[in-house]
Amino acid sequence: MASGNPFLALGGIRKTFGSFEALKTISLEVARGELMVFLGPSGCGKTTLLRIIAGLEVQDTGTIVQDGRDISRLPAIKRDYGIVFQSYALFPNLTIHDNVAYGLVNRRQSRDAIRKRVAELLSLVGLPTEGAKFPGQLSGGQQQRIALARALAPAPGLLLLDEPLSALDALERVRLRGEIRSLQKRLGVTTVMVTHDQEEALTMADRIVVMNQGCIDQVGTPREIYETPVTPFVADFIGKVNVLAAMAEGGGRFNVGGLSLAVARPDVAAGTAVKLYLRPEDVAVNVNGALSGVANAVAGRIAKVEFLGAFCMVGVQLAGSAAPPLVANVPRHQADAGGFAPGALVTVSLPPAAMRILG
Amino acid sequence: MATPAAVFPPVAFAAVKPQVHWQDRLAQGLLIAGCCTLALFLLAPLGAILVKSVQDRSGAFVGLLQFREYFGTSALKQSIWNTLWVALAVTAVTVPLAFTYAYALTRSCMPGRALFRVLALTPILAPSLLAAISFIQWFGNQGLLKGLLAGASVYGPIGIIISAVYATFPHALMIILTALLLSDGRLYEAAESLRTPTWRKFFTITLPGAKYGLVSAAMVVFSYTVSDFGIPKLIGGNFNVLAVDIYKQVVGQQNFNKGAVVSFVLLIPVLVAFVVDWTMQGKLQAQFSARAVPYVAKPHRAFDAAMFVFCLAVSLLLLAVLGMAVWTSLIKFWPYDLSLSFRHYTYGLIDGGVFGAYLNSLKMAFVASVAGTGIVFVIGYLLEKTRGMRGTKAAVRLLAAIPMGVPGMVLGLGYILFFNHPDNPLHFLYGTLTILVISTIVHYYTSSHLTAVTALKAMDSEFEAVSASLKVPFYKTFHRVTVPVCLPAILDIGRYLFVNGMVTISAVVFLYGPDTRLASIAVLDLDDAGDIGPAAAMATLIVVSSTIACLLYAVATRVLLTRTQAWRKPSTAG
Repeated sequence: MASGNPFLALGGIRKTFGSFEALKTISLEVARGELMVFLGPSGCGKTTLLRIIAGLEVQDTGTIVQDGRDISRLPAIKRDYGIVFQSYALFPNLTIHDNVAYGLVNRRQSRDAIRKRVAELLSLVGLPTEGAKFPGQLSGGQQQRIALARALAPAPGLLLLDEPLSALDALERVRLRGEIRSLQKRLGVTTVMVTHDQEEALTMADRIVVMNQGCIDQVGTPREIYETPVTPFVADFIGKVNVLAAMAEGGGRFNVGGLSLAVARPDVAAGTAVKLYLRPEDVAVNVNGALSGVANAVAGRIAKVEFLGAFCMVGVQLAGSAAPPLVANVPRHQADAGGFAPGALVTVSLPPAAMRILG
Repeated sequence: MATPAAVFPPVAFAAVKPQVHWQDRLAQGLLIAGCCTLALFLLAPLGAILVKSVQDRSGAFVGLLQFREYFGTSALKQSIWNTLWVALAVTAVTVPLAFTYAYALTRSCMPGRALFRVLALTPILAPSLLAAISFIQWFGNQGLLKGLLAGASVYGPIGIIISAVYATFPHALMIILTALLLSDGRLYEAAESLRTPTWRKFFTITLPGAKYGLVSAAMVVFSYTVSDFGIPKLIGGNFNVLAVDIYKQVVGQQNFNKGAVVSFVLLIPVLVAFVVDWTMQGKLQAQFSARAVPYVAKPHRAFDAAMFVFCLAVSLLLLAVLGMAVWTSLIKFWPYDLSLSFRHYTYGLIDGGVFGAYLNSLKMAFVASVAGTGIVFVIGYLLEKTRGMRGTKAAVRLLAAIPMGVPGMVLGLGYILFFNHPDNPLHFLYGTLTILVISTIVHYYTSSHLTAVTALKAMDSEFEAVSASLKVPFYKTFHRVTVPVCLPAILDIGRYLFVNGMVTISAVVFLYGPDTRLASIAVLDLDDAGDIGPAAAMATLIVVSSTIACLLYAVATRVLLTRTQAWRKPSTAG
């Protein structure tokens, strides 16, 4: 996807603040029209990277090429992007109309052209009648839509979104993330968004960049990131995961706390200590005795049950294992069928193909 | 998978040297200019004092000889002790008074709290000289209540202390009020749910919460009293203090070297108090949590009544001081003919040829207010809202903080020594209204700067980034957004500089020329000449002008808030 002619290419971007290395030589390509999400915990360097792309911070070393133009050394005002911040940053003393027109006024356009463009953008973000109001009179979600309209008004080549939804309440956040995504697709504007919310990243991104401590751990589509994480950090940060300490016995068998399990990794030499990663939804739990014909079926006892709405999170203490309880997601309908109570004896199965060895 | 950086060969990258846009250069140039200006009008004069203090009259280097001579003179040494104990006494009286008053305003449901608050701030409108005049009228040789002093004389420490308590009360009150208002109401609710008795709440929540404010207020009162020149000059009699010593050395004996030495001695306690205060202010800020829920007082009849009586008594005393000065300016001939007339204004001021001083003061205060506000706000903006220039910014921050720790007398002496030097190309400033304006702006720089910076910090830090992304130059956003949003703070700075320009005396007493005598100095001279009626009239004019400035400010702020209410009102939706 990013090969050939990327719209935005970062090469060897490094940034230090004093002795703290915020970014450790980042290289990355963003395709034209793509929505790329930088995802990571706070302090991972994602916002710093965004601000470097915007020219609001200066990288120590490294190059940035946007649309074939080297912008590494350009000041922010000479670059071509629109930006939306978590805090909206709408000018409080200007009307909505004047806010959206802010970047248009000094481009020698006629007053009519500006008015038309502002109206166009206001209807694009679904607030066509709010032009005369002031930002303080709008809700948070509406303000963020206006901030988006303001950023898009001069038709920038690149749209930067810095945690745009973090200040909003849960319902508004879900609504707006769908709107931003469809707007972005419609306009085809290349977009880089920073977030720490994995759900936001999974639902909105074309591709996700998972960052950790100033490094890129993985770049991939949401599905790739979730299904085939390449590092323990990615597996743990996106979705929930069971981590099982194991010792390879050779031939695709691993000893987990005294149990011998089959894992689809015959290549690991006997005697190697590894960690197995297994998503809770991949663990099958059966309250009605044995699971026949299933690999890695193990007896266990339910340690606790947490109701989470659509499913229950069930902790199962495996028989004959000293390891901490294994976490499994049990769909609500299965849980409703009964038998899921602490102390109940169950059989769980750990699919060999679902267990991954990382790092 | 991590994208391989195919287009970039894996070589070491050279350090990036960003291009600097001319707009950034403009901002940087302005900041450097601001830094140099502050250095020129603050550090250079202070440096001149340092040089003078180690020279003899002919300009030869004599090391610490001047200091040794100074400490060998017992009368001068006595001044140090006098200055310190009087300042401590004033602090010991003012701070508890101000605390009780602030406590009544914030923690009781007594009626008239808003009025009491305004009344308590009235001393700020008057030059410190006014209090001295008033107390002379009350307790002086021909005073109305002379008997109350039981034979003791008001000319001396007693007069200085009561006048200084009057002058410093509002300053202490404002600091302690802020500290009490910042306290978290939930702490009291938690204490109540644990059935904590009232006295224990006071000692475990109220006092600890206000402690930084109390220390800060004490330091401000202490350094105000140590630095003040007008009060001891007028009512001090033969009781010597350092600020008057500087004046005597410089104006009386033309001994600039000794003046410089005394300046240093005066600078020390004020600087110490300033550093303590600065640290406390920092902690007071840190204590403030955005989630704090304001404390709401509940009615309590006995307590409210007691607080009301206290505040009423204090307010009446404050009004009695101001009222006596105004009355003195209006009666014909104290104490023989108490009928009212304007003759002190007409005959005493206008025909006496000193009314020009009042006009000078108005002009000086106005120019200082307009020019000072502009300078303070632009420098504050460049500090807070532009990027880079860390070294210069640190220097400017330090320079902006220093004036609060420098007594006006010291700054004024530094100005004579530096600008009156025949080799100084800025020599032409000496004796002009311009130098009075500059010294006033510098003298009152710190508080103005803090007001500007606080307002600027409260603005979204991304406005400048958004402007840059929209390719709008920073000065355009400054003009369209920053200034309108910060207008209340800008007006506040303007008012502060105007009022202080009207009442200031210590910094300007060395600097005025024959044509640029100011109202506050005229008060001093008239009183020296025994014309207490015209002196009181002049002091009253100053109070009236300051009051008008404050009323104008209040009206302007009100109009502004109504006009822009739409965008200042907090969001009602969502």
